[in-house]
Amino acid sequence: MFGVEVSQLFFYLLSFIIIVSAIYVVSLRNIFHCALFLVLCLFSVAGIYILLEAEFLAAVQVLIYVGAVSILMIFAIMLTSRLANKKIMQSNDNVTVAIFVCAGFLLTSLGSFGYTVWKVVDSPLPENNTLTIGKLLMTDYVLPFEVVSIVLLAAMIGAIVLARREKI
Amino acid sequence: METFDYNLKLIIPEMFLFVWALVVIVFDISSKRRNSDSVGYLTMAGLAITAVLLYNFHGGISFNNMFSSDILALFFKVIFLGSAFMAVGSSFGLASDKIKNHRGEYYGLILFSTVGMMFLSSSNELISLYVGLELTTIPLFVLAAFYKDKKTSVEAGMKYLIVGAFSSAVLLYGLSLLYGFTGTTDLTMIKINLSLLFLSAGKIGPGLILAIVMIIAGISFKLALVPFHMWAPDVYQGAPTPITAFLSVGSKAAGVVAFARIFVHGLIAFVDPVMKPLDWGIIVAVMAAAAMVVGNITALRQHNIKRMLAYSSIAQVGYLMIGMVAVSELGIASVGFYMFMYLFANMGAFAVATIFEDKTGSSSISSYKGLSKSAPALSACMAIFLLSLTGIPPLGGFAAKYIVFAAGIQAGYYWLVILGLLTSVVALYYYANVIKTMYFSDGNSDLKINIHPAARLVLVIGVIGVIIFGIYPEPILNFAMESAALFALP
Repeated sequence: MFGVEVSQLFFYLLSFIIIVSAIYVVSLRNIFHCALFLVLCLFSVAGIYILLEAEFLAAVQVLIYVGAVSILMIFAIMLTSRLANKKIMQSNDNVTVAIFVCAGFLLTSLGSFGYTVWKVVDSPLPENNTLTIGKLLMTDYVLPFEVVSIVLLAAMIGAIVLARREKI
Repeated sequence: METFDYNLKLIIPEMFLFVWALVVIVFDISSKRRNSDSVGYLTMAGLAITAVLLYNFHGGISFNNMFSSDILALFFKVIFLGSAFMAVGSSFGLASDKIKNHRGEYYGLILFSTVGMMFLSSSNELISLYVGLELTTIPLFVLAAFYKDKKTSVEAGMKYLIVGAFSSAVLLYGLSLLYGFTGTTDLTMIKINLSLLFLSAGKIGPGLILAIVMIIAGISFKLALVPFHMWAPDVYQGAPTPITAFLSVGSKAAGVVAFARIFVHGLIAFVDPVMKPLDWGIIVAVMAAAAMVVGNITALRQHNIKRMLAYSSIAQVGYLMIGMVAVSELGIASVGFYMFMYLFANMGAFAVATIFEDKTGSSSISSYKGLSKSAPALSACMAIFLLSLTGIPPLGGFAAKYIVFAAGIQAGYYWLVILGLLTSVVALYYYANVIKTMYFSDGNSDLKINIHPAARLVLVIGVIGVIIFGIYPEPILNFAMESAALFALP
C-alpha cells in the first residue's frame, strides 16, 4: 500500500488526532461539541484499521460507529432541549483519583507489553480479507454470529419496554 | 475445503427456549394482557420442556468445537433452568400487580437471559463465550430497571448497565490480549499454544499477567467478588425481588462456569510447577478471602433483607471460589455442588422475601417481626433456607460447605479454609437474627398472607432440595464429580 515511512507518518498523525479528540470528548463543556469530537475520534480509529490492512473493520467502524451510533447520539442531544445548549460539568471530586488510576493502568500496560514475547505470524495477510471474514462468519463462527442476533432482539425488546410511555 | 460438523441436535434445547421466549411474548400481546397467570405458567412449562429436551439431546461437540454439550454444561444448565423456573414461579404476585403492561416481555427477557447462560456454559471458545455472556447480562439490565416508576429500580438498572458495560470491556480487552498471545480463540488450543510459547521462549512476560488480571477482574464484576462487588447491594435492593434472586444465582452460576472454562481449562498450565510464577490461583484465593470477610461483616449491619442477602451472596461466592482455586477434580465438583445447593436455599429465601414484599410492601428485616404466628409455614421455610445458607447440618448448605472446605484442604489452602470457618460463624449471627425476629419478636399477628400456588411450588422445591440433598447428597455429588472429570484434573 504505502511505503513504510509514509504509513508510519500517517499512524502518528492519526494517533495524535485520536488522543486529542478523545481528550476533548471527556473535557469539553458543551455536550454537542463532545459528540462531534467523538465522531472525529472514531473516524481516525477507522484510519488506523486501514493502516493495519483491516479494510472490513474500517468499513464497519465507519458504518456503525461514525454513521449509526454518533448520528444517533447527536440526534438525541438535539432533540433533548435540556441538553442542547447547556454547559455541563464533566468532572467531579474524584477526578484526581481517576487520573492516577488511569495513568497507573497506562504505565503498567505499556511496561508489561514491552517485556512480553508476542506470537508473530510470518505468513502474509490473505489477499482479500473481507471475503475470508465473510466466509468464516458463515462457517466456523456461525453460532456466535447467530447468537448476536438474539442479543440484538433482546436489547430491542428491552429498549422498547423501558422507553414506552405507560397508559395510566 | 474444510469439513464442518453442525450437529444441530445439540442446540435443540437452546433453540427451543429461544422460540418459547418469543411464544411467551406473542401470547401475552395476543391475549391483550388480560391473563395474569397463564403467561407465567406458559413460561414455567417452557423451562420444564427445555429440561426434558436437555436430557435427551446432550453429549457431543458441534460447530467446530464451538459448542460443547458436555456434562459440565449439562450440570450448569440444570442450575440455570432451575433458577429461572424458581424466579418465574415467585413472580406471579408482581405480574398481577406491578408489571401488568409488560408481563410477556418480563418473562421473555428472563428466558432470553437463560438462553444466554446456556450458550455460555457450552462454549469452548472465547468469542461464543463472550457473546453468551452478553446475552446473559443485557436482558438483566432491563429486568433490573423493570419498575420504571420506582427510582431505586431505575437506579439499579442504570448502575448495573454501567458496571456491566465496563466489566465487559475489561474482560474483552483481556480476552483479546489472550488471543494476541496464542493466535487462537479456542480454549483447548490456547492451552496448547501457551505451553508451546512458554517452552520455546522460556518466558511469556508480564503481558500475560495483565491479560489474566483483566479477565479475572471482568468476570469478578459479574460474580460480585470483592473488590468488584460495590454495585451488587444497590442493584440487588432496587431490582424486582425475583430478578434479584435470578441475578444472585443464575448469573453468578454463569460467571462461575465462564471462570471454570477459561481458567481451569484454558489457563490450567499456569498452576503447573513449571509455569508457577504466573499462577492465577493466588490472586483468586486472596479475592475469595476478601469476599468472605467483607461480605459477612457488612451483612451484619444490614436492615433490609435484600441488602443482607446481597452481602451474604458476596460471601457465598467467596466460599465457592475456594473450590475453584483448589483446581482439582474434587474442587470443581465442589463448586458445582455448592452452586446447586445455593440454588435451592437462595432462590427459596428470595421467594419468601418476594411473597412477603408483595403482601406488605416492605423488605426491612424488622417488619418480619412475629411472622411465625401469622404465617407459620412461610417462616418455617425461611428458617430452613437461612439455616442452609449458614451451613447447619443436615441441610444442603452444610454438605456444600463441607465439600468445598475438603477440596481446599486437599489443595493445601489451609488459611483460606480456616478463614472460611471463622466467617461462617459470623454469618450464623445475621442469618439467625432474621429467624429470631420471625420467631421471638412480637408483631402484628393478624397479617394474612395467601401464597400463590406457583410460589408455593417454588417453596416446596426449595425445601425439598435443601433437605433431601442435605441428607442424601450422593446423586448430585456424583453428577458434579462426573462433570468435573471433564477437565482431567488430578
